Amino acid sequence: MGDFVRVAFAVAEKDLRLELRTRATILSAVVFAALVLVVFNFSRDPTAVAATDLAPSVLWVTVAFASVVALNRAFTVEREHAALDGLRLSPAPRGALFLGKALANLAFVLLIEAVTVPLAVLFFELPVLTAGWGLPLVLVLAAVGFVAVGTLLSAIAVRTRFAELMLPVLLLPFLVPPLTAAAESTARLLAGRPLSEVVGWLRFLAVYDLVFVVLGLLLFGAVIDE
Amino acid sequence: MPLAEAPVLEARGLVRRYGRTAVLAGIDLRLAPGEALLLLGPNGAGKSTLLRTLAGLARPDAGTVRVGGVPVAEARAQVGYLTHESLLYDELTVGENLQFAARLHGLRDRDAVPRALASVGLPEQGGRLVRHLSRGQVQRVALARAFLHEPTLLLLDEPYTGLDDRSASELTALLVRYCAEGRALVLVGHQPEQGWEAITRLAVLARGRWQIDAPRPADPAAAAVRYREALDG
Repeated sequence: MGDFVRVAFAVAEKDLRLELRTRATILSAVVFAALVLVVFNFSRDPTAVAATDLAPSVLWVTVAFASVVALNRAFTVEREHAALDGLRLSPAPRGALFLGKALANLAFVLLIEAVTVPLAVLFFELPVLTAGWGLPLVLVLAAVGFVAVGTLLSAIAVRTRFAELMLPVLLLPFLVPPLTAAAESTARLLAGRPLSEVVGWLRFLAVYDLVFVVLGLLLFGAVIDE
Repeated sequence: MPLAEAPVLEARGLVRRYGRTAVLAGIDLRLAPGEALLLLGPNGAGKSTLLRTLAGLARPDAGTVRVGGVPVAEARAQVGYLTHESLLYDELTVGENLQFAARLHGLRDRDAVPRALASVGLPEQGGRLVRHLSRGQVQRVALARAFLHEPTLLLLDEPYTGLDDRSASELTALLVRYCAEGRALVLVGHQPEQGWEAITRLAVLARGRWQIDAPRPADPAAAAVRYREALDG
């Protein structure tokens, strides 16, 4: 178990270090998220739909698409100079490689959320304080789900000729369930509904996370080893 | 080679097809401790494919690869591999790249990275970003990465590419020492004289099969003649 965790942290640390040096992933994802929110803000008709009604969907669609931008990059770095072969040649447990990539991706997606939510508050005047602790919980659970399924599918996509195009095609259908759960629970929490009213959605997100984290740990070896 | 000596590498009946073309059409290969095979062949003969298959990176359509008596997938810690690609991250330093590889291999020895860098003549380059290195220096770091975990089987695909004369001599000396320690080596090249002092066997791969698999000839010129004959035949 110790070696498993050590390898996972080594992979996560390497990805975060690469990102700190280049800032390629997070800058592009955050700028993308900000632009989407700006476009939504100026293209909506404030007399037709209330901002608070529209905001949860806009927020989560923005986070989902910005996450795809970040996840696309996750394995692109492994394509350069065939670094992925370096991972495959090692005796490291494949589950640990998955966990390491997923931890780094989780940091990226949480950072995207940390930028997107305040911007959404600014543009759509969201009453985030009324949502209480439920909203951070939804943000974390949804991020884990996005990352678990995204890390697994980006490892598949990176081995295709059109990896950048392939990932959204593969990933977006899988993001519909957590996206729906996250948007529904966010809408209720922002409307001041009690946390107990969204417990069902939170459970759904937790089960989704669990299923895809376990699938990732089990299938990653089959995905990266030919 | 004594029959009782356990092979470092044993490949049997390797077949690898791309479409209808069999790049490897039933390759057998056995390497005892201390053996170093120079693998020659024309472009597209399947040398790199064979090396990737021996390294466990490509699954053969038929046949098996065993390293140290176990399937190569279970023996990754025993295999060192150098390919045309460096397997390095441009935005990490030399030291960070090797440290990462060491952690993937579960190495606890803190001296492993400095030792590997010293072995390829780059002891002071640990702090430089890989993207700032010359082609030859990148090749040497890639070699250090392949040697880092002290594998019992080393698979080197054109390791002399980009190296100057001095670095090439140092590499050959390193390979001689490496094989003297009872490890085994497969070296893919285009010219028989490269690594000549280190090798013990010569093989030529063409048309999916061994055209030659024999002890090293007397000198590189004799090897070159045999190589041309094998290709013409």
